[in-house]
Amino acid sequence: MSAILRKMVHELPGALITLLLVGFIVLPIAGVFLWAFAEVWRYPSILPTQWGFRFWGMMLGRADVWEAFRTSLLLSVIVTGLSAIICLPAAYAFARLEFPGKSLLLLSFLTIQAFPKFGLYIAIATIFFSLGLVGTFTGVVVVQLVNTLLLMIWIPVGAFQNVDIRLEEAARDVGAGPIRTFVSVTLPQAGPAIAAALLLTFVGTFYETEGAFLIGAPNIRTMPVLMISLINNQIVVQYGAVLSVLLWVPSFIALLFARKILNARTIAGGVGA
Amino acid sequence: MRDQTRSTLDKLSIDHIVKRFGPSVAVDDVSLSIPTGELVCLLGPSGCGKSTVLRMVAGFEMPSAGRIAIDGEDVGTLPPNRRPTGMVFQGHALWSHMTVAQNIAFGLKLRHLPRATVNQKVAEVLELVGLKGFEHRHPGQLSGGQQQRVAIARCVVLEPKILLMDEPFSALDAHLRVRLREEVRTIQRRLGLTTVFVTHDQEEALTLADRIVVMNAGRIEQIGTPDSIYGRPGTRFVAGFIGTMNMIETRVQGGAARLGPIAIAVDAPEGPVTLAVRPEDFSLVEVGSAGSVAGVVERIIDLGAFRMADIRIDAGLVLKAQIGKGRRIAVGDTLALRPEHLILFGADGTARPAAIPIAA
Repeated sequence: MSAILRKMVHELPGALITLLLVGFIVLPIAGVFLWAFAEVWRYPSILPTQWGFRFWGMMLGRADVWEAFRTSLLLSVIVTGLSAIICLPAAYAFARLEFPGKSLLLLSFLTIQAFPKFGLYIAIATIFFSLGLVGTFTGVVVVQLVNTLLLMIWIPVGAFQNVDIRLEEAARDVGAGPIRTFVSVTLPQAGPAIAAALLLTFVGTFYETEGAFLIGAPNIRTMPVLMISLINNQIVVQYGAVLSVLLWVPSFIALLFARKILNARTIAGGVGA
Repeated sequence: MRDQTRSTLDKLSIDHIVKRFGPSVAVDDVSLSIPTGELVCLLGPSGCGKSTVLRMVAGFEMPSAGRIAIDGEDVGTLPPNRRPTGMVFQGHALWSHMTVAQNIAFGLKLRHLPRATVNQKVAEVLELVGLKGFEHRHPGQLSGGQQQRVAIARCVVLEPKILLMDEPFSALDAHLRVRLREEVRTIQRRLGLTTVFVTHDQEEALTLADRIVVMNAGRIEQIGTPDSIYGRPGTRFVAGFIGTMNMIETRVQGGAARLGPIAIAVDAPEGPVTLAVRPEDFSLVEVGSAGSVAGVVERIIDLGAFRMADIRIDAGLVLKAQIGKGRRIAVGDTLALRPEHLILFGADGTARPAAIPIAA
């Protein structure tokens, strides 16, 4: 008897945690998915009473949804690419070189992150207004770049610091110049962490709302911005749900892709050797 | 004509190089010339500057002063990728994201060689280091010894003018170290590679080197063949650092230094000196024999081929003597030792002439 009791006591925390996770993560997500395929779902019923793709048809039939989807994808790709080009060499400099004000500069990226975003965006918006960047794609790209700085500097700095400097020296020794060494040795060695940073940047840009809204509206509409306007106009739960599931697709694909890269490296068995 | 001038030049010549890191001097006025095909070991305790010398030859550090020339050409300002040197690093430093073949081919591809040539050279060098068939493994799938062989292959395949090895085997176990050492020697001889090998392991240096450069505190203490470094250490430091040595502190009085009852004629001013005697340079003689010093056996260590005995001469002096297996000794025995060969170091630490015992 007491053995069973002990077993229950042992398993209780695990069960509680599972319950909490289900309650706070799985249920809302499940709710969104159910709503996306629900046509009629009224109060007392636990599940939708009528299923269907009516709202999908309505959403996918709208030109502005596709337009926003394209805008978001293009924006995320460009921002991630630009961020990589700007931040990776900077992160390498932070990791390998000593220069005055290094730690202060590194901290400054944290400061940006700690600053209330909306206030920052408004300040940026006033500057952009005088530069004629408000309402342009370029303006949105720039404001998103500000967002990616912290992630794309801090994670790669750590990754580069973990690359044994002798690996780089060995590359220099066999005849590779500094750039070739960085591309052929340092980057691949720091690969998994940098892939994670790129992925987070891509997903983060794809979903970022406030900056895109303040700088881009009304000309440039990304998916999240479109979602806001749709919901503002008329509260149809299914609109939001369908868009959410749509938005979930690219990040899910990106995550799968990342898993594949990380696994391949683990199998290669070379990590940290 | 041109060939003649070349052959008289040293492959590598290091001329009065100095390296300062901030206020500290890591390498202090080091000069060294190495002819083609020679294997030179830089030997010294950690922090003696030996690795820094190597890294300056490779181009990873720039000398604060002095000149480094390869084949008579100053390489002082060239970055490592433009120097004709190849370095094998401590702990292999292989690129774990590339296969063995890719690791070796990397430098060849940078030289824009045709694909077929690259593949052929990779195959040849893998055969040379005994890793045929390992082309498509990743470094993580190899043993420590195999990894270091790949690292050697990666260097050797580029046919460097100077092969640099920075404690390449220090991370391996003793057996493997001995084997790889022999393999390196064979490869180095076969290819006629001029090699600078850094180690803190005196046994490695003694078995491997044509010449040994003993370094201490950023300076060269002595340059010589393994035989001369071991047999005729030029300084007190070298005598203490290489092999086992009895260092006997004594004084010069009236033109002789005393070791127990033994008087040794020396050419040194009055004052403190050090007598150095190898354990194998003592012979066991009858107690009371001329030119001998007697003591009591305190400890015996059996080293397989011979025994090492600690013999207490007096309160402040214990001598180590190598005793052959044929001789029966036990702790507590009284033995008389006669030094057959000794070296005297003056107060400045350099060797001075000394005559073998003249009187009892």
